[in-house]
Amino acid sequence: MSSFKRDKKEEEDGGGNPFQNIEKTTVLQEARLFNENIINAKKCTHILTKILYLLNQGEQLGATEATEVFFAMTKLFQSKDVILRRMVYLGIKELSSIADDVIIVTSSLTKDMTGKEDLYRAAAIRALCSITDATMLQAIERYMKQAIVDKNPAVSSAALVSSLHMTKMASDVIKRWVNEAQEAVNSENIMVQFHALGVLYHIRKSDRLAVTKLVARLTRMSLKSPYAVCMLVRIAAKLLEEEETGNDSPLFEFIESCLRHKSEMVIYEAAHAIVNLRRTTSRELAPAISVLQLFCGSPKPTLRFAAVRTLNQVAINHPTAVTACNLDLENLITDSNRSIATLAITTLLKTGAESSVDRLMKQIATFVSEISDEFKVVVVQAIRALALKFPRKHSVLMNFLSAMLRDEGGLEYKASIADTIITIIEDNAEAKETGLAHLCEFIEDCEHTSLAVRILHLLGKEGPRTKQPSRYIRFIYNRVILENPTVRAAAVSAMAQFGALCPDLLENIQVLLARCQMDSDDEVRDRAAYYSNILKQQDKTLYNNYILDPLQISIPSLERCLREYILTNTEEPFDIKSVPLAALPTEEEKQINNQKSDGMLITTGPVKPIPVSREENYSEKLSTIPALQQLGPLFKSSDIVELTESETEYVVCCIKHCYTRHLVLQFDCVNTLNDQLLENVRVQLDPSEGYKIVNEIPCPKLPYNEMGTAYVVLQFPEDLPNTVGTFGAVLKFVVKDCDPNTGLPDTDEGYDDEYMLEDLEVVLGDQIQRVNKVNWGAAWEEAGNNFVEMEDTYSLSSMGTLEEAVKNIIQFLGLQPAERTDKVPEGKTTHTLLLAGLFRGGFEILVRSKLALADGITMQLTVRSTDTDVAELITSAVG
Amino acid sequence: MGGLLSYFRGLFGSREMRILILGLDGAGKTTILYRLQVGEVVTTIPTIGFNVEQVQYKNLKFQVWDLGGQTSIRPYWRCYYSNTDAIIYVVDSADKERIGISKDELFHMLREEELQDAVLVVLANKQDMAGCMSVAEVHQALGLEALKNRTFQIFKTSATKGEGLDQAMDWLANALQNKK
Repeated sequence: MSSFKRDKKEEEDGGGNPFQNIEKTTVLQEARLFNENIINAKKCTHILTKILYLLNQGEQLGATEATEVFFAMTKLFQSKDVILRRMVYLGIKELSSIADDVIIVTSSLTKDMTGKEDLYRAAAIRALCSITDATMLQAIERYMKQAIVDKNPAVSSAALVSSLHMTKMASDVIKRWVNEAQEAVNSENIMVQFHALGVLYHIRKSDRLAVTKLVARLTRMSLKSPYAVCMLVRIAAKLLEEEETGNDSPLFEFIESCLRHKSEMVIYEAAHAIVNLRRTTSRELAPAISVLQLFCGSPKPTLRFAAVRTLNQVAINHPTAVTACNLDLENLITDSNRSIATLAITTLLKTGAESSVDRLMKQIATFVSEISDEFKVVVVQAIRALALKFPRKHSVLMNFLSAMLRDEGGLEYKASIADTIITIIEDNAEAKETGLAHLCEFIEDCEHTSLAVRILHLLGKEGPRTKQPSRYIRFIYNRVILENPTVRAAAVSAMAQFGALCPDLLENIQVLLARCQMDSDDEVRDRAAYYSNILKQQDKTLYNNYILDPLQISIPSLERCLREYILTNTEEPFDIKSVPLAALPTEEEKQINNQKSDGMLITTGPVKPIPVSREENYSEKLSTIPALQQLGPLFKSSDIVELTESETEYVVCCIKHCYTRHLVLQFDCVNTLNDQLLENVRVQLDPSEGYKIVNEIPCPKLPYNEMGTAYVVLQFPEDLPNTVGTFGAVLKFVVKDCDPNTGLPDTDEGYDDEYMLEDLEVVLGDQIQRVNKVNWGAAWEEAGNNFVEMEDTYSLSSMGTLEEAVKNIIQFLGLQPAERTDKVPEGKTTHTLLLAGLFRGGFEILVRSKLALADGITMQLTVRSTDTDVAELITSAVG
Repeated sequence: MGGLLSYFRGLFGSREMRILILGLDGAGKTTILYRLQVGEVVTTIPTIGFNVEQVQYKNLKFQVWDLGGQTSIRPYWRCYYSNTDAIIYVVDSADKERIGISKDELFHMLREEELQDAVLVVLANKQDMAGCMSVAEVHQALGLEALKNRTFQIFKTSATKGEGLDQAMDWLANALQNKK
């Protein structure tokens, strides 16, 4: 029946949408009819409908236009027509944010919300709350309180939901309505109860204790509304996550008891909560999974979808539990609902064995064209996970991906495929050539500029190192002929990479670059001229610095430095070395990113700001301290080092900031004693030989549970070997006893006290910034000519495996591994680790470390650096 | 078509007249409106915006707009001037301090083009209050003698006691019918 209705409606739509050809100006003209003395309700309703239609189509009204329509609309309050009045409410809500002086309808709406006509009341409340701001809210507060506890459920719900919306602008006023909300929670109506719980939770959510009490009380009183119970389950799960205790709390018991609730919605919510809790044991998981398993066989598609989606999400974290449902998932592969089928297959892919990959891929291929982009992305993500898990299957997966690339699809979908192929290429050397070939084919017909640019960049990076680099040139040059300027410029850059790395292609590349200099676009011509001139010099050093290695500095820092440079009005040229280097994402961060993309449907959250390096963050904070301003640009900040146990009276952490000649130690202190106020808090250091304390900046006041910061500025020793050392540290301060409740000191006099801290170590890594060398080999070769070289052999007896050794060396030296040598192939007994970095003062460091495994590990370490002392320091520090 | 319509209206004798009730805040406009509509004194709060009601007096139907009198609302009065047949201007006779402001607002309003043909009724309200100005005093304080080319009359009223409103409405009904 319903499908019949829809068909009919679609037919009508086909016959012409009655609002299709309406125009803003005409409608606004028609709206003048509202000003007539006698209102034609039918006509005015129709005009209002048109206005609402336009607004919902995204038509923009200017403030004057909107205000004019709004005031005309207020005249319609004279009509007693119910339908028209309700349209007016909608109009008020739509225009409330655009028009000026919307408070003009306050009295009229207040009258309607308290009046006798039930059809008006709920809608009037919603409209009223949309025109009310924080200052006007006081005037209607009394009526809102009454409405919340009104007998009519629609009125009560409207008031509650509107209150929830208004917490954003006037949370303190809404907080005063807690008693009314409390009363509404006891309502018989399921929606009112649900909305009231929402408001109550919002009012109390910042107060953990209050929330705990609320949950404890409500779990005992067994709410009637399944929606409210679902919400309670969510709140309870959130509390459980925040609590450090185990899952044997009454909260968990409550969630588990909801698995036996009579409403399916609640059962699902409870199961979903349990499988998503971070610390669930398999015993606790079992009942939740079996509920989901049951839902997989439900005749209702929504339940099947919900269940399989949840299983899909947790497949990575709880593979064994999900594997138990494999049989049910297999049945869902042929589900008539494609979304369910996709999720079932991708779940199986995540948990399945290598042998089943081929079969499942074939299955997906049969309907991949029928599912929406969103689900195609899910499939792609599953394939990526699979490729990383079973590298040997790369050819099957790669073929499948390339077929998907050829299909129709949006940018997000195509980008995820390209991403996956790139990940596979990076992870698996065997897959590289096929992967690149597929990508080449793809950019031949790629409508997404951003994607084409990324792929061209990748070709430039990887192409020259393949067996037959020349075959990629054609694909790249085609772009120059056929595409838009952005892509052409990227193609020019990619070609230059080939020119720099493949001497036999250089002549041809030069010809192509010469042609590019005739391009109509400035950027393309500039790049072509730039690369062509550098390549003409035939100088390896120039190649390395200006073609192969991209700029490593952090862009936000560069912007800041340039701005400062312009302001200072100096004759000196700008020194790019003064700009901090871009921080490279660490392995852990990368893993977090990967995990995120393993998740299910992509939720496009708010656009992330450009990642600012940690140095940039600290730099901003440090530059506000006058004593630290003359030290020059910040070179590197270390990770946070804890100098106390986390559960002691005073908690102190240290961050080591390295400048060209100075070391600034930032001590973040927290006072965990509520009956003490600390003053003049400082850290007394016993530095190792050669270090000179230049300045101390104590923290004047440290009240209970607040973070205060003290600084010590030291000058590095002239002799580099002395820069590595251990400092003794004591926290010194004046204690004033105070009243725990007010935090005010009892007396003005305090007494001196001190607290021993753990020793602070200054290591080599603190003075080295990691640099990502794309072309490490070339840099190494070039360094052979003009750098100092040191070499030594060590035996690392404490380490048992190559992976462990590699990890330790990277961490100890604080250098960036290049050419993915931080991954040790399985089953090898020798490995070469290539590292690069920059020592404070701008000295480059390249390190090659050859490792061999035989009863412990033997390492031959070769260091090339622009500075003898630096090279010596590194070789000596390792020993 | 138009002729036919007015013929029918004439037959029922009830073309709806549009009346504005204006005046400073706290003059008693909303109380007067509901006194006219339901014949009772209702508790009111300061009007933020307006109230609009249909009022039947004798066999005449009025569409009465009561606009809020607060300083912040007064600028919006002009949005509701068009097609107005009559203005009821309410003055708090006990508020001697602000009678000057009341006068300024009144004359400012009467200068509006859209109100040139509107009939004016001034109500010297709150006559029940001790020490209030008399009708003559209000008449003088508002400078009504300066009004020319305007059908107008002043009445003393007490909205809470219900005094004087009937006379005012009688006069208004007559004036409007004569105007037609």
